Amino acid sequence: MMRKWKDDVLLCLIYLAAFFTEFLLIGILGYVFVKGFPQVSLSFLTNVTSVLQGTAGIAGNFVNTLYMVVMTLAVAVPFGIGAAIYLNEYARPGRVVRLIEFTTETLAGIPSILFGLFGMVFFGTTLGLGYSILTGALTLALMVLPLITKNTQEALKAVPEAYRSGAFGMGAGKWYMIRTILLPAAMPGIVTGILLSVGRILGESAALLFTAGSGYFLPRSFGGWFRKLSESGGTLTVQLYLSMSKAQYSVAFGIAAVLLCMVLGINFLVRMLAKKWDAV
Amino acid sequence: MAGDKGQRRMTQCKMMTEKLNVYYGKRHALKDVDIRIRSHAVTALIGPSGCGKSTFLKTLNRMNDLVGNVRIEGQVYLDGEDIYSTRMDVTRLRKRVGMVFQQPNPFPMTIYDNIAYGPRIHGIKGKEQLDGIVERSLRQAAIWEEVREGLYKSALGLSGGQKQRLCIARALAVEPEVLLMDEPTSALDPVSTLKVEELMTAFKQKYTIVIVTHNMQQAARISDDTVFFLEGELVESDTTARLFSHPADRRTRAYINGRFG
Ligand SMILES: Nc1ncnc2c1ncn2[C@@H]1O[C@H](COP(=O)(O)OP(=O)(O)OP(=O)(O)O)[C@@H](O)[C@H]1O
Ligand SMILES: [Mg+2]
Repeated sequence: MMRKWKDDVLLCLIYLAAFFTEFLLIGILGYVFVKGFPQVSLSFLTNVTSVLQGTAGIAGNFVNTLYMVVMTLAVAVPFGIGAAIYLNEYARPGRVVRLIEFTTETLAGIPSILFGLFGMVFFGTTLGLGYSILTGALTLALMVLPLITKNTQEALKAVPEAYRSGAFGMGAGKWYMIRTILLPAAMPGIVTGILLSVGRILGESAALLFTAGSGYFLPRSFGGWFRKLSESGGTLTVQLYLSMSKAQYSVAFGIAAVLLCMVLGINFLVRMLAKKWDAV
Repeated sequence: MAGDKGQRRMTQCKMMTEKLNVYYGKRHALKDVDIRIRSHAVTALIGPSGCGKSTFLKTLNRMNDLVGNVRIEGQVYLDGEDIYSTRMDVTRLRKRVGMVFQQPNPFPMTIYDNIAYGPRIHGIKGKEQLDGIVERSLRQAAIWEEVREGLYKSALGLSGGQKQRLCIARALAVEPEVLLMDEPTSALDPVSTLKVEELMTAFKQKYTIVIVTHNMQQAARISDDTVFFLEGELVESDTTARLFSHPADRRTRAYINGRFG
């Protein structure tokens, strides 16, 4: 009798907690969308902010964001996957591997502003890349490297030993086995790591403010699209931060709505891929 | 060796070991093993758990190379050629000496790609040629009729017995000369076991087969020669008929009568 009563109370509390969490999420999403969507017009999406013309737009920041995502991944994905393969398949288990794994985990927990500080001094000043998308991308690559390495490594660890011996028993060389068996089998984990990284890149402001800067112009000529890498460029999130600090709240909410849409899109993609892979 | 006379001298020897010693770190897993494996015969390896049967099998196609702290001494010959010599190409060796594992281990890909995996390693790329190899191998492993409709389905959807026959087909696809099988039926139901046993008997025409088994009836049913191991030592090696009817060593007699192991 007593137990039944306790169970009911507990169940009630659990429901309450679940309801509260859900409510919070929907509340925030709803608030941002209601405040933000009126801002999001075609001209907001396709124009660049200009004091002279009196327009407000985020096209430049949107392009910067794409550049940042692509460049960061271009550096971090090969290094991350390579490191994971090395750690899991080539290195002899021992102190060195444990040290590297420990370092990777620590790296994942460092506040992003520290990456910003390091990136600004090392890539910006020492390597002379200045405030540029490249400096920002290299900085973010360091930041997301652990994410990709860790996820790839976990996926590789989950591949049954029997697949490896099966392939070797057929006469496969090590690299051939990795290419044809391991990487395909680990693909879900690799993609998860990449998508989580995209999420981090989209959400980052502190590490970018002093590395990639806050430029928001679109290139004017064909060559400009290439020069862009060495020019300052603020992502959507950086622009959101700057707009807030200038009390331009309507613009800020507009950007926030666009960002949320992108993040939701990525989450949706992750779930779809997960489902597809589970089915195999 | 007890059985090295009479009819055994007449037939050709496919593989042979001389003073084979294997160590895992400090553990002495195989001690001075001398074996001759007859061509086109089924040789069964028997003995209690941990006596070194799998270890011995793996030295025959150098799968032991993959173990971290292993040390191998002595010689292993395939057609008179020392397979541990530096001139030996391991990829080619494993093409000639194929392996089937205890747990069926099809790769997470289509049935077709599983069978084509080996041929592709060895440079066969043509679609028509691969199609032919896939059909021939699946037929040889007596699984063609069951999977011909679903060649492009994942191999992971097959039953345990089908998976094992698929793995046999996969090993046959590279046309090996020797087939090593480590307890290939211990994870299978009686019907699948029977099918695999029938295959092995049929394979004798083309291949030399070495099989590890814990099942005395199986060894007696399908093998021509039997080798008995105990604690890393070869105790007795003879034709199956003689070893089971007149074991020379009392430890062999005790083992086949089920008194230990
Ligand atoms: N990778 C390894 N590292 C260390 N010791 C090993 C390794 N593999 C096998 N051994 C040891 O070598 C001995 C022989 O092992 P092996 O696997 O060859 O036995 P087995 O006869 O196949 O046994 P089972 O019938 O249980 O399969 C065992 O004592 C085992 O503990
Ligand atoms: Mg074994």
